[in-house]
Amino acid sequence: MSLIRLENITKHFGAVHALDGVSLEIAPGEVVGLMGDNGAGKSTLVKIMSGNYRPTSGTYSVDNRAVTFANPAEARAQGIEVVYQDLALCNNLPASANVFLGREIMKQWGPFRVLDHEQMHKRAALLFQELQSDTRSRDLVERMSGGQRQAVAIARTRLADAKLVLMDEPTAAISVRQVEQVLALIRRMRTAGHAVILISHRMPDVFQVCERVIVMRRGRKVADKPIAQTSPEEITGLITGALHGA
Amino acid sequence: MSERQAFAVLTDERPPLLARFKRAVFGAQELWITLAVLAIGLVVSQISPHFATLSNLGNVLQNLCFIALLALGITPVIITGGIDISVGSMMGLSGVVYGVLLEAGSPFLPAALAALATGIACGCINGVLIAYLRLSPFVVTLGTLSAFRSLAIVVTSNQAVYSFGPAEAFVNALGGGQTFGVANVFYALLVCGVVLHLALKNTRWGRYVYAVGGNARATRLTGIPTRRVKLSAYAFAGFMSAVGALFLVGWLGSVTNALGTGDELRVIAATVIGGASLAGGYGTVYGAVIGSVLIEEIRNVLLLVGVDPFWQGMFVGLFILIAVLLQRLQAGFDED
Repeated sequence: MSLIRLENITKHFGAVHALDGVSLEIAPGEVVGLMGDNGAGKSTLVKIMSGNYRPTSGTYSVDNRAVTFANPAEARAQGIEVVYQDLALCNNLPASANVFLGREIMKQWGPFRVLDHEQMHKRAALLFQELQSDTRSRDLVERMSGGQRQAVAIARTRLADAKLVLMDEPTAAISVRQVEQVLALIRRMRTAGHAVILISHRMPDVFQVCERVIVMRRGRKVADKPIAQTSPEEITGLITGALHGA
Repeated sequence: MSERQAFAVLTDERPPLLARFKRAVFGAQELWITLAVLAIGLVVSQISPHFATLSNLGNVLQNLCFIALLALGITPVIITGGIDISVGSMMGLSGVVYGVLLEAGSPFLPAALAALATGIACGCINGVLIAYLRLSPFVVTLGTLSAFRSLAIVVTSNQAVYSFGPAEAFVNALGGGQTFGVANVFYALLVCGVVLHLALKNTRWGRYVYAVGGNARATRLTGIPTRRVKLSAYAFAGFMSAVGALFLVGWLGSVTNALGTGDELRVIAATVIGGASLAGGYGTVYGAVIGSVLIEEIRNVLLLVGVDPFWQGMFVGLFILIAVLLQRLQAGFDED
C-alpha cells in the first residue's frame, strides 16, 4: 500500500536529462529524506510531485491511481502540499491570516459575509499548540523567527490535512537552535499521520527525523534504504559519487 | 505532557498592554502625522487669529475632502504594490463627461452614473494592462494620465462647461452646499472611508489586497486569483476619481478639461505621508485621510501666516521625506 508511487520517471529539458528513470514509493505517514548534490535532480523530482512540472515519461500514481497534474492546485486537491524553501508567506500579515490564506473562515454580518478573525486566531493558535510551537497567531510574520515562520507554513499544510508534505530545505536558512524546532515539527507531523519528504543538504537532520533516505545523483536514484541500515559516511559517498550505488 | 507545558505560552491572546502600546506608538505613522497636524494647528492658531475659525476650518475641510477621496481610491492600489498616477486625469475625464451630459439637459442621475461608469472603465483599462499584460503600473498609468487627459479635451472640444442644464441647482448644491453645517463632500468621504476601511479589514477582498502586496507569488500559489484582485484595485481607483469629480464639479460650478490636473502628486503624497508603503503591503484608510489633512493644512497655514505660496511645494516635499524617514526608523525598531 503506497501513498504515492513514481515509476520510471524521466524529465528532459531539451537535451538536458534532469531525471533519468526514477522510481520510488512513499507509504502513508512515512518520513523520507531526499538527498543529493546540486543538480542531482532533487528539485525537478519535487516539482513533478507537486504538480509544477509534468514528467516527460513514466507514471505517477497517488493512492494507486495514475495522475497528471496540470498545476500545483490539482496536486493540493489530492492532498499533496509543499512547504517552499522561502516558505511563501505574506510578511505583512499575521500568522493566522497566512495559515488561512485562500481558506478564510467567514461569518455572517447582516447581509455580508465577513472574515471571522476570532475563529481564525483561535484555530491557528490550536494548530500551533498541536505543533508545540511558540508562534502567536496574532503576530506579524515579519516579526517572527525562522522557526516560527516554518511553523506557520507547516500549520497551513496541517489545516489542509495533507497526506504528503514536501519540505524543500526547511533548515537551510535558519539558526542552529531553530533547526531543532523545525525537526521537532517534522516529528509531530509524522505523529499526526502526514507523510513527509524532507529535501535537505544537512546530513544530521535527515538522520534525526527520517526513517528512510533516498539519494539522487545525476538524475538517477542511487540509493533508497532505511536509515538504520546506513551511515552518514555511506550517504556522503553516494552523494559525491565516491560510492556507486548501494 | 511536560513537553507540552513547556510551550504553554502559546495562545491566541493579545500581546501584553505595554507591548501593544509600544507597537502602536512606534509602529503607526498615522499617529505621528496626527500629532503633527494637531501641533501645527496649535502653533498657527497662536500666530494667526484667522486659523481656528469655523469658516477657515470649514474651508480646509471642504478642500481636503477632494484629495482624500482620491487618496482613498489609490490606497488599495498602493497596498497591492502598484501605483496609479492617472487619478487626476480619470477625475478630469469623468468630470467632463458629467458636465457635458448635464449641459446637454441630462437629469442628475444618468449624468452621475455615466461619470462613475467612465471612471470605472478608465480604471479597468489600467487594471487589465497591469494585471493581465503585466506591464509596469507606473508606465501604464503615465500613459493613461496623458491619454485620459487628451480624451477630456476632445470631449469638450477644449471648451469649458459653465451651465449644467435643468439639474444645475442640485449639482451645485451637492458639491458646494452644506448639510448640518458641514460640507456635503465630507459625508461622501465619511461613507467611502468607513466602507473602504471595513472592506479592507473584514472581507476576503481586503485580505487578498494586502496578501498580494505582501507576497504576490505566495498568494497565487494558494489559488487566489491575484490578477482579478489587482484589476479590482485599479477599477476602484477609477471609481473614486469619478466620485471626487461629482463633488468637485459642483463645488467649482464649472468644468474645464484641466479638472484634477496635478492632483495625482498631492494624492500620492497624502497616502505616503499617511504611512502607505510604495513597496506594497501597507496602507490604511485613516492614513490616507490624515495625510490629506496634513497637506491641506500646510497649504492653508502658509497662506494665513503670509509665507510666499511658492514655498508650499517645499513643505509638502519635506513632509514626504520625513514620512519616508519615519518608515525607515520603524524598520529599525522592528529589528530588535
